[in-house]
Amino acid sequence: MIRLDNLTKIFETKEGTTVAADHVNMEVQEGEICILLGPSGCGKTTSLKMVNRIVPPTSGRVFLGGKDTTDYDTITLRRQIGYVIQQIGLFPNMTIEDNIGVVPRMLGWDRQRTAKRALELLEMVALDPAIFLKRYPKELSGGQQQRVGVARALAADPPVLLMDEPFGAIDPINREIIQDEFLKMQKQLGKTILFVSHDIDEAVKMGDKIAIFRAGKLEQFDTPDNVLAHPANSFIADFVGGDRTLKRLRLLTVGEVMDAEPPRVKADDSLSSALQLMNDTDYDNLIVVGPRGRAQGVVYRSVAEGRQGLCNDHHSGLKATVRESDDLRTAVSQMFAHDLTWLPVVDDEGFYKGYITQRGITHTLGRTYRDAEQGA
Amino acid sequence: MARASLRFSSLRLGGRYLTAAALLLVGIWLQRAGIVDDLMTYWGDIVYLTGQHIELTLISGGLAILAGIPIGILFSRPALRRWADGLMQTLNIGTTIPTLAVLALSMSFLGIGSTPAIFALWVASLLYIVRNTYSGLMAVPDHLIEAANGMGMTPGQILFRVELPNALFVMFAGVRTALAINVGTVPLAFLIGGGGLGELIFTGIDLNDNGMMLAGAIPTAALAVAVDALIGYAAYFLIPRGVNPLR
Ligand SMILES: Nc1ncnc2c1ncn2[C@@H]1O[C@H](COP(=O)(O)OP(=O)(O)OP(=O)(O)O)[C@@H](O)[C@H]1O
Ligand SMILES: [Mg+2]
Repeated sequence: MIRLDNLTKIFETKEGTTVAADHVNMEVQEGEICILLGPSGCGKTTSLKMVNRIVPPTSGRVFLGGKDTTDYDTITLRRQIGYVIQQIGLFPNMTIEDNIGVVPRMLGWDRQRTAKRALELLEMVALDPAIFLKRYPKELSGGQQQRVGVARALAADPPVLLMDEPFGAIDPINREIIQDEFLKMQKQLGKTILFVSHDIDEAVKMGDKIAIFRAGKLEQFDTPDNVLAHPANSFIADFVGGDRTLKRLRLLTVGEVMDAEPPRVKADDSLSSALQLMNDTDYDNLIVVGPRGRAQGVVYRSVAEGRQGLCNDHHSGLKATVRESDDLRTAVSQMFAHDLTWLPVVDDEGFYKGYITQRGITHTLGRTYRDAEQGA
Repeated sequence: MARASLRFSSLRLGGRYLTAAALLLVGIWLQRAGIVDDLMTYWGDIVYLTGQHIELTLISGGLAILAGIPIGILFSRPALRRWADGLMQTLNIGTTIPTLAVLALSMSFLGIGSTPAIFALWVASLLYIVRNTYSGLMAVPDHLIEAANGMGMTPGQILFRVELPNALFVMFAGVRTALAINVGTVPLAFLIGGGGLGELIFTGIDLNDNGMMLAGAIPTAALAVAVDALIGYAAYFLIPRGVNPLR
């Protein structure tokens, strides 16, 4: 757990004083990722660096697991905090392997264990160890260096990570991949992470909490969904963008919004029994499933009323399906692409799980606004 | 003397191929002018005095490295950094004092012989080493030091694992300059009884014996080139590949 208590930093320079952090208060729970977000120069990096005391606070305190960081000597403090700096900062004189091994070696790991760890971490950040272990930083692209920077911070498995725009130099496609990998890893490792970003999409995707700064002040500290749905002021509303509600689509999965286990017909059911089921359940169409429950097609009421025979012979193909694990953005995108107001939902093996409708989505997204109104 | 030092400094500046070509031409010219015969005449002296010459360079240069690097490191430490600029200025003024004057001063304190010569050569070489060590260390990007600090390195670990390796290239350049100047200055040591190839050069001048003078000047030039090449190779192999622009 990381707690910032009235943390303040004032830089005095010849040109004047800058308040880079102004009585910042926040608390990040163990195992959570907190994104520090805001425009350039708002104090994200400064706040981050006060946690490992690279920047000594002017006033205020930082607690790590309940203990004031001034109670540690800085060396001990820093060795339990992984740090990814904004400028990447790989040591040019060391190979990638040695860069990753810096902290483990300082902690007294033997050669073999350090080497094994470097190999493991390179694989985790999707760099081929056979190619990269023995290279020097100057022989890597900016994005590759950045991934090594992340690997280096993770090397000694520190419980806390400070990451300053760790994926800033990676192209959008690889960034998504790395972000996914990182989240997967985080699910296993459960680190407590402070993560600086100025990309709202990255913040929404990666954060359990988002802290939005403006000119040194913490303007809002909340879950991504709340930041998007209820920006605390017009600055935040502008910062998260006019399409902020659309961004919320990424926060929910299809599985959370779908109507589960609706009525269905088997391929070898007759059309008349399908019609009967529609009348009983008040549906205008039904999904046709195979013998084991895979979604195969759809029968419409008009077809069931006008024809005779088995569903198998009269169903229409499915134009699109979504998976339970997809986010709502994917679902909406599919609906728009195929001019549909609803979509059948399947699991990874194609078994029919339910359906999702545009109305259902708007209803779910709107719930938080209705709650807020009632509360007001 | 001026001619000799001019010749070797132009050799030093030329590229490696240029140097080789020049040496070839010089060799042909030497042969034609019958100078090879002169060199053979003084062969015994040349070998003995070259040994002395190298000894003077090794001792004074070695001591300059031993002292210059720690001084350069000291100047670059945060505690001294505020004064470092002033100190470096003072050192730079030091470089403008002619070596001959340093020799004279050195002799007036330490008498004649190799000790004052070594001292003067040490002074003449020291400045380049201090200056390059200092500027090499100052040129290490701040964010590297920040990264090192953030990982919990101690100041000593930062110095030896991050700062010095990254300053090494510039430091080597300082050593190279210092030793080249050192080798070229050693002949002056003869003037205060320090020995070295200056003995042939100056005696040759005195006796108006061209052959004798060249028997001192040519090995001096060759030594300067050799030292330069040697340090060049050392830099190539000793500086880690990641911070070595040569490979
Ligand atoms: N060492 C320093 N001395 C003086 N002022 C500083 C120093 N470090 C930061 N500042 C100032 O403090 C403010 C906050 O800087 P900081 O680096 O924390 O911003 P940031 O939010 O990380 O910005 P970016 O997104 O551009 O990285 C800026 O106005 C900056 O100019
Ligand atoms: Mg920053």
